Amino acid sequence: MAWVRYLAALPFLGLLGGVFFFNRVTPLVFGMPLLLAWIVLWILLTAAIMTIIYQCDPANADEPARRTPR
Amino acid sequence: MNAALLIIALTALGALLLGLRARRGKDMDLEQWSVGGRGFGTILVFVLMAGEIYTTFTFLGGSGYAYGHGGPAFYILSYGCLAYIISYWLLPPIWRYAKQHRLISQPDFFARKYDSSALGVLVAVVGIVALIPYLVLQLKGLGIIVATASYGSIGSTPAIWIGAAVVTAYVMVSGVHGSAWTAVVKDTLILAVVLFLGIYLPLKEYGGYTAMFTAIEAAKPGFLALRPTGESIAWFDSTVLLTGLGFYCWPHTFGSLYTAKEERAFRRNAALLPLYQLILLFVFFVGFAAILKVPGLTGGDIDLALFRLSLQHFDPWFIGVIGAAGVLTALVPGSMILMSSATLLANNLYRAFRPDAEDRTVTNLARGLVPVVALVAVWFTLSGGTTIVALLLMGYAFVTQLFPCLVASLLPHNPVTREGAIAGICVGVATVAATSLTHTSFATLFPTWPEGVRDLNIGIIALVLNLVALTVVSAVTRRRAAVPAE
Repeated sequence: MAWVRYLAALPFLGLLGGVFFFNRVTPLVFGMPLLLAWIVLWILLTAAIMTIIYQCDPANADEPARRTPR
Repeated sequence: MNAALLIIALTALGALLLGLRARRGKDMDLEQWSVGGRGFGTILVFVLMAGEIYTTFTFLGGSGYAYGHGGPAFYILSYGCLAYIISYWLLPPIWRYAKQHRLISQPDFFARKYDSSALGVLVAVVGIVALIPYLVLQLKGLGIIVATASYGSIGSTPAIWIGAAVVTAYVMVSGVHGSAWTAVVKDTLILAVVLFLGIYLPLKEYGGYTAMFTAIEAAKPGFLALRPTGESIAWFDSTVLLTGLGFYCWPHTFGSLYTAKEERAFRRNAALLPLYQLILLFVFFVGFAAILKVPGLTGGDIDLALFRLSLQHFDPWFIGVIGAAGVLTALVPGSMILMSSATLLANNLYRAFRPDAEDRTVTNLARGLVPVVALVAVWFTLSGGTTIVALLLMGYAFVTQLFPCLVASLLPHNPVTREGAIAGICVGVATVAATSLTHTSFATLFPTWPEGVRDLNIGIIALVLNLVALTVVSAVTRRRAAVPAE
């Protein structure tokens, strides 16, 4: 599932590239100006994408608690 | 004494007691004082790292920017989002290296990675120059908040002195433990206050978000989007990218990332923090609601939009609650900045010139420097002046110059030499200083070029020159190093 990490590039495209197409006030979406709604959408998608990446990343798998001498 | 002032005073007292109490049961060596003995769990790391983002700048500045600039304010939402993505891969290796080598501060990291104490001193100096104006900004905000929320019964000057004294006391005694526990209270309060204001005010004033934004669009067409020139798409993209890269380059951010007990905390936070920063959305809503209801604020006064609108609606006791939340947004980041500055001075400047200094001496020196740094910051705050504003704008651009050699140092085979790193940082910082002090922008450099170029953030030039210097000097010094000594 190593390809999953490349999903992290999407918010960069969405936020930096999307403004070229959605830099408008109307139509209002969920009561918000279109540009703001677009950015909020990408914030939500970022949270979702990072959750997926977290779940698929073997580094986060529960390992038996290692005892580190302090 | 009115109800508002009473609530603010009680909150400040509560923060002081909580901060002082946080040291209980800890033997305060430098590692415990600065980085909490690397024992903080996910939640404390979360509020520390999130807490540095929700400062007076976001509370007053976020609503003020929405009020005064409209759509361009959305950049504040966007850069954090990109920075959190980067943090997933950036922070764990930094934390691992710091833990392995028992590093206390940001300059420690650079000095160790590049095996160069000169680089450590350079990074410490850049950090201190960037941190002091940041602390001044917090104190200034604190003064405005207390003076406004107490209906003028306490002026901003005594408020700044009291605030600085509270932070100094608990930072000296508890170090980062004090910041962490006050951060928990602060985040709870700010979350409740901002959500309430961001929902209540638009509903009460306009009947809903759709009605509010429709009214603003009718009165000021295009105000809620990016501008055709100036704060345009090119400005937005370049600013979001630069700010996102500089996000984790602050010295106090390194300090709070070192506090973590395990590296998974960062990866978990990378998914949570984007949602958490949606609080800013409600800060913006307050600023937008004020556009048509308290018109006429200009210049620095736009930062008062949130309070001016609230004063029209609420009883003094609730103004006190808003003020208390505001005071905490100044105290908590202020405490982190204060502690980082003192650590840099003692651990990275003093120790660089006295390598044989004992840990005990450095720890005592760091704690003793806290009131000194606080006094310097209060002096800058009260003497005002335009210099500090210029410094403040430069601060973020300064720390961003550390990004290239930070990332390079995490690569398996770092292509950057210590000379290259020093050259890159020096060239970048000098360029930032030169362009800021002479008010140079892409528009003044290339007046005839298209908008897409003229509106770019000037910080890009500094970063590009930084990269050029870093690459060239690294290539030269590497080749020299490769020639076998005869």
